[in-house]
Amino acid sequence: MRIESKDRFETLRAQARESNASRMQQVLVCCGTGCLAWGSKKVAEAFASEIAKRSVDATVDLFVKSTGCHGFCERGPLVALQPSGILYTKVKPNRVEEIVETTLIGGEVIQNLLYKEPVSGERIAQYDEIPFYKNQVRVAMRNIGRIDPTSILDAIAEGAYSGLARALFEMTPDEVLDEVEISGQRGRGGAGFATARKWRSCKAAPGDRRFVLCNGDEGDPGAFKDRSIMEGDPHSVIEGIIIGAYALGAHEGWIYVRDEYPLAVVNLGIAIAEARKYGLLGQNIMGSGFDFDIKISRGGGAFVCGESSALMRSLEGKTGEPRAKYVHSTEKGLFDLPTVLNNVETWAGIGAIIDRGGEWFASMGTERSKGTKAFSLVGKVKNTGLIELPMGTTLRHIIYDIGGGILNDRPFKAVQTGGPSGGCVPAELLDLPVDFEELTKAGSMMGSGGMIVMDDRTCMVDVSRFFLAFLEEESCGKCTPCREGLHQMVQIYDRLIAGDGVEGDIELIERLAAGMQLGSLCELGKSAPNPVLSTLRYFRSEYEAHIRDKACPAGICRELTAYEIIEEGCDGCHVCFKACPVDAIEGVVKELHIIHQDACISCGACFDVCPTNTIRTFPKIELKKAEVV
Amino acid sequence: MAEIPRSDLSVAEEILGGYPAEEPALIQILQDVHRAYNYLPCDVLERVAEALDVPLAKVFSVSTFYKSFSLEPQGDTIVKVCTGTACHIRGAGLLVEELERQLGVGPGETTEDLSFTIKTVNCVGACAMAPVMIVADKYWGSAKPTRVKKYLAKGGDDEN
Repeated sequence: MRIESKDRFETLRAQARESNASRMQQVLVCCGTGCLAWGSKKVAEAFASEIAKRSVDATVDLFVKSTGCHGFCERGPLVALQPSGILYTKVKPNRVEEIVETTLIGGEVIQNLLYKEPVSGERIAQYDEIPFYKNQVRVAMRNIGRIDPTSILDAIAEGAYSGLARALFEMTPDEVLDEVEISGQRGRGGAGFATARKWRSCKAAPGDRRFVLCNGDEGDPGAFKDRSIMEGDPHSVIEGIIIGAYALGAHEGWIYVRDEYPLAVVNLGIAIAEARKYGLLGQNIMGSGFDFDIKISRGGGAFVCGESSALMRSLEGKTGEPRAKYVHSTEKGLFDLPTVLNNVETWAGIGAIIDRGGEWFASMGTERSKGTKAFSLVGKVKNTGLIELPMGTTLRHIIYDIGGGILNDRPFKAVQTGGPSGGCVPAELLDLPVDFEELTKAGSMMGSGGMIVMDDRTCMVDVSRFFLAFLEEESCGKCTPCREGLHQMVQIYDRLIAGDGVEGDIELIERLAAGMQLGSLCELGKSAPNPVLSTLRYFRSEYEAHIRDKACPAGICRELTAYEIIEEGCDGCHVCFKACPVDAIEGVVKELHIIHQDACISCGACFDVCPTNTIRTFPKIELKKAEVV
Repeated sequence: MAEIPRSDLSVAEEILGGYPAEEPALIQILQDVHRAYNYLPCDVLERVAEALDVPLAKVFSVSTFYKSFSLEPQGDTIVKVCTGTACHIRGAGLLVEELERQLGVGPGETTEDLSFTIKTVNCVGACAMAPVMIVADKYWGSAKPTRVKKYLAKGGDDEN
């Protein structure tokens, strides 16, 4: 079974391809975390048993495959059929028999399982025709949703380890480095440091022992591209790491995975074991004479461990506290030895770059940001899920053409990128081409590719407080500007959202922010003020409303917001009555309902469920004024 | 003062046997201990410190630094509410409040009968189905406050 030469690898790949091609039809059931939550495991089991049941008189050879995330998580469970290219959404186990009967055997499409285009209402049968997929270009995610992540042969058939074979047998380590440099690839974890430069600086460091690490500690809330890659195509990550190790002359590697990603740990573990079995990891890889192996390390649930030096301390079994940046981890990293740490998506792209050439990768993207980038498109947008696009794609294209626009057709307010280190990009910048430079110029950053779309029902003061509270909890506490700065900021924001803000608070926030940027030890603290500063830059009037008018324009901050039912329009559907957690709504079916202000806690649950949009918000202060009168 | 019951250390010995006795294994060992005992009992931590030849203070520091560790016994069922950004703007806060009403304890707390522990987690990476609530190992996507009672009752059952 061990692959002992390049020829053997190529034969194996040809056999795997042939065996895949000989299957007449394939059923691909998405088994990413999203679809699993919708019950996709049962759907896959139902397909397997239904197909087995009909094996006697089946006219087609069917094959059920549990794949990684197709990306379109909101519509799960997703089932893709090959070679017809049909995509069925929201498939329940009780529809499986019908799909096998009607589509697989009968060749007919089942209309009501197809994706319905939200604008035109048109049903779209083909996977490739759905706008969500049509506009994507996939490099790091090239095989996700196409392969069974637990089958190495399936991955090899789709091209996995071809780049590795090329690197080991046709290129010297330095040529691999050159190829990566030509690709212009920059780190996909956030800061965008050039991959080749990082590698070169590690290679130049003295010493014989060096390490390659993979950062799978995707902590930015709202980002899950790394999770999907590790779950859906772990071999792309492993291949990239081996190639990197070969280029650097490293023989030991680690993948550090978040504790919150159990499926990623399982699938990576299976993939590593299979790669060892096939001689793609361990001694004398593919008979090339190169030795390398990878271990998995589960994180302990600390956001700061996504920071490079903290991650390395955590791998050493210590608390994940960062250290000052002037010590470069490429020279003194893990166990104080030269170390390269790259993000999951960065590694996943390496195999494709070596296989198809650096120039191919560099032909996509913008002047300084080459290639494609994975994003998780989430929040108040119609099509939520995982996408990959060439750098330089505009926000408008992403949110409207791929995302299908804003949920319930409400107005678009801002998109948050870069997680707690990023910022909010407002509606007037919708035509911004998304790359490292442009996002930074707009006061945000690329981060790990989370894009959280916000509508007019999102309060920017509340969102900023959310990030500050997040970071306050996650700050390791080692340096004072970060630990104390965040604590004080949260207290100021608590005042603002409670209506106790005073003149001068905005300036105080800005002063604190400047101090934290200047004095914090690591990027967590230095970039912590970004969400604050970007919302102040674009939404200052919202802050002023909280301070001066004691009003929350978005109608979110509870202390400042009251709700009432608009008399004309309420048809007495009673939905709000059921949704109210504190029984503050009175009314009988088909009659006007009212909200009792003294009992209402302004949670907004009624507002969110009202089908006729006849609940409105108004500043709570008006109630107090009315009492006085 | 009530006597603290001693833990069964044989489980810990078995875990320790699976790792090299050195500091880098500490976090992985603590994770396995946590899984086996449902929390990190003090006497087990003492044993781990001794076995790895790491000061107890250091073991304690690691145990309190990482969020996945608890020094208190956990409930049989862990209920997690994702409070990442996408879940936050889609109403994760309402889920937490409803849970508090249903169970009478807040985030980070355990019901007296040790049946439930409520935790808030910073993003589980299932943002496309926000807000998300996880009961035991079952993910509930597009979770609604009005259904919290049902989620708790159903526990790990698979039907959405």
